[in-house]
Amino acid sequence: MRLSKTLLATSALTVAAAGAYAAGHGMADSMTLVSWGGAYQESQQNAYVEPYVAMNEGVSATWDESSAEAVAKLRAMNEAGNITWDLVDVVASDAIRLCDEGLAMEVDHDELLAPAPDGTDASDDFGDLIVSDCFIPQIVYSTTFGYRTDMVPEGADAPSDICSVFDLETYPGKRALEKRPINNMEWALLCDGVAKEDVYDVLETDEGQDQALAKLDTIKDEVIWWSAGADTPQLLADGEIFMGSTYNGRLFSVIEEQDQPVAMMWDAQVFDLDGWIIPEGLPEDRLARVKDFVRFATDTQRLADQAKYISYGPARESSAPLVSTHAELGIEMAPHMPTDPNNAQNTFLYNYEFWADYRDDIDAKFQAWLAQ
Amino acid sequence: MTDAATEPDKITGPTPDNALRAADKADSGPVLAADGTPLKRSLNRALRAQKLRALMLIAPLLIFVLVSFIAPIGDMLFRSVENQIVRDTLPRTVVALADYDAESGELPRDEVFEAAYYDVFFAAERKEHTRLGSRLNYEQTGASSLFRKSGRGIEDIGEVYLDQFEDLDENWDEARPWAELMGDPDWIAAQEAWDGNGSMPEFEVRSDISDLLPRTAEAYEIFARFMQTEEGDSPLEEEPWSVVHTALYQDLAENDVSGYTGPRADMLQAADELVASPDFETIAFRDGFEEIDEDWVAPEIWQTIKMYSPAYTSGYFLNSIDMQKTAEGPALRDEDERIYGLLFQRTMFMSLVITFSCILLGYPIAYLLSNLPASKANLLMILVLLPFWTSLLVRTSAWKVMLQQQGVINDVLVWLGMVADDARLTMINNQFGTIVAMTHILLPFMILPMYSVMSTIPPSYVRAAKSLGATNWTTFWRVYFPQSVPGIGAGSILVFILSIGYYITPEIVGGTSGIFISNRIAYHISSSLNWGLAAALGSILLVVVLVLYWAYDRIVGIDNVKLGG
Repeated sequence: MRLSKTLLATSALTVAAAGAYAAGHGMADSMTLVSWGGAYQESQQNAYVEPYVAMNEGVSATWDESSAEAVAKLRAMNEAGNITWDLVDVVASDAIRLCDEGLAMEVDHDELLAPAPDGTDASDDFGDLIVSDCFIPQIVYSTTFGYRTDMVPEGADAPSDICSVFDLETYPGKRALEKRPINNMEWALLCDGVAKEDVYDVLETDEGQDQALAKLDTIKDEVIWWSAGADTPQLLADGEIFMGSTYNGRLFSVIEEQDQPVAMMWDAQVFDLDGWIIPEGLPEDRLARVKDFVRFATDTQRLADQAKYISYGPARESSAPLVSTHAELGIEMAPHMPTDPNNAQNTFLYNYEFWADYRDDIDAKFQAWLAQ
Repeated sequence: MTDAATEPDKITGPTPDNALRAADKADSGPVLAADGTPLKRSLNRALRAQKLRALMLIAPLLIFVLVSFIAPIGDMLFRSVENQIVRDTLPRTVVALADYDAESGELPRDEVFEAAYYDVFFAAERKEHTRLGSRLNYEQTGASSLFRKSGRGIEDIGEVYLDQFEDLDENWDEARPWAELMGDPDWIAAQEAWDGNGSMPEFEVRSDISDLLPRTAEAYEIFARFMQTEEGDSPLEEEPWSVVHTALYQDLAENDVSGYTGPRADMLQAADELVASPDFETIAFRDGFEEIDEDWVAPEIWQTIKMYSPAYTSGYFLNSIDMQKTAEGPALRDEDERIYGLLFQRTMFMSLVITFSCILLGYPIAYLLSNLPASKANLLMILVLLPFWTSLLVRTSAWKVMLQQQGVINDVLVWLGMVADDARLTMINNQFGTIVAMTHILLPFMILPMYSVMSTIPPSYVRAAKSLGATNWTTFWRVYFPQSVPGIGAGSILVFILSIGYYITPEIVGGTSGIFISNRIAYHISSSLNWGLAAALGSILLVVVLVLYWAYDRIVGIDNVKLGG
């Protein structure tokens, strides 16, 4: 009995002290950040969180590795009226949906985010990458292909064209593709003779969707469909597949960090964005803390620092020249960025508007096609 | 599984129940308790107290189950028919569409466009239009961006009027004159006196103006209250939205305001003259919508809104049986979009296969367990339970390593020369992989109930049968097996119901042909956010399980199921 009373009193004191501290600064002293886990979250921890915590004594940050289910969980939290997250890392398409659903807070980018060192406003520095009023971009990543160098058939060149994915004669072997229509449909049309600028016009129509599925049908028996970003690197390392699509950072770690006989095929890589959103409805002290953190974590130097730990391109234009070498391997990171001119000769940008509209429809067809 | 000891009549001791019966049977007048009250009443009181105590004891569990299990499931299932978002977001449009004939293939009346203008405008200010857009996008492709675009473009219609009124008199784009024109003088005084503490005095529209300019009064009131409650700003300092100017134009075009003498009468009458002049530029709502997006002047979006305007819909259930609502009534989906029927069938079929494989593999093990000496049986039991204590993901991933083409089994077969190196077996990312992995994962759920039933079968029966001349097979089949059936029944129900709802393992090893309906439910919960459809699919799954349970009860009898001795 006495013990529990002491405990109660102590926790009450702690709460009171924490409250007094927070009131003094107007900011909460703990944050719950949501991210993807793995190497990516590690890079955020190293590049933003550790310096921030070192600068702000008494502030703590906890991670929740729930970004993959962030949209559903935020909706559930919102319905329950209890938002436990302070800052959520999501891909841009999810940010747009969260914004549409009123689950993410709209922000004024110029007011919230730090300007570039030369004084350029944040909104100009991020430019087109601000794809939604709620979205605070962090990195540019790409979905692209990696292949086993030791499985390239004798006499054939290493694959350098997206259509080698569909070319079973020259490059036999299994492929890994993501278990969703996005990107796969575009690649299929591109290799079925549709010009790059017409891809989405064609994909809007029923015939176009059938055409893309028919093209995918030609390799369906040779495809392993993945749903987690770690699948393709694993399949490549096991020699289960000849080539497969995944996020470029995952391939970087297979190639450079794990030294596997794998190489990149950058052709027709699809750029996508990842960034923060602030959940709608945070209490004032937590919001103040999050704003303070986001301003720090998305400034020019911090975004450039992140590239030391993972091969994703910083979303700010002003960060690009500051990208240096890998923190452990010491290799130059610039040539491994998806945005590097050598890698970005033929690229796509994820078409957010199109997929927001057609996602439900095409996904139904795609899944029906898969299940047959 | 009834326990004899719980039946009151079988207890011979002095329980309140028995005493009550004894009191009933006694025919020598009312028996009195020690304190003089009739025994019956006093016993009843004791009994009630006892029952209450029992209820109090289970109350925490009961409340816990209600709050954490029944209520959320009920709420989730309710979503499969709930559809209030359309009428909540577009209330005027839904009313105006009431007599619209969706089958006609024509555009609705102009009044509908007018109603939609006001609805979409207010929804956009409240940021609810995009949510409705995502909802309708499940039914009609393109609704999502249509509503997002309309939220941005809807201002343009009102700007036409706002600009002209402002050119006439700048006061039309000022906060204070509007407040004086529309607001009750008492409210204005109260708002001015408000010191910033507590809540603002709620906006009151002046009574004579709401008769004179009904639309404007309504629009301004919505604006003023929104400013007060959502933004925390005083309407005395905020310029009204352009929707108020549109409403003003409509009112002035219809009503005569020459007799008006209240505040800002000059300003209003000048505006009235402007509206009456032939130079005044107007825009039909329909044209305004067409300018935002051409999809608004196609009948499809109106048919969809009309179809989903009731507060409850069968749409989600139709979707989950591969049908869809159309203007002509429910119809089957295109063949290339039918998926759920196939997945339900596949889920049933594979769950049955998994259940039978579990019976086949589990029965000998359970038999062995119950017939071995205790020390050996315990060791075997640990082997059965060991996988049970390992993470599900680890076990599933281990199967991946075993079964894949460059995996352990294929490597061994190639090494033995039984399979050619270029013709390795495909044992994963298909139905086979799912069945193997799930049989392994669910095996303990089959073995444990079987074992607990088998260990209660007296060995003397088997010995008796043998001593009477039965062969080993007859002994097993006629004597032992029938007594072990309740264990099989319990195990089968457990395994079947568990496997019907599995989704992690099929997702990892199932490829495309080995996925279950639960994978689609998970997709709609976490990715597409179509919770209504997920709820409908879940409800169907629940009903299927209950029906199967009922059928099982009819055929085998649920009394014939035992989880233990």
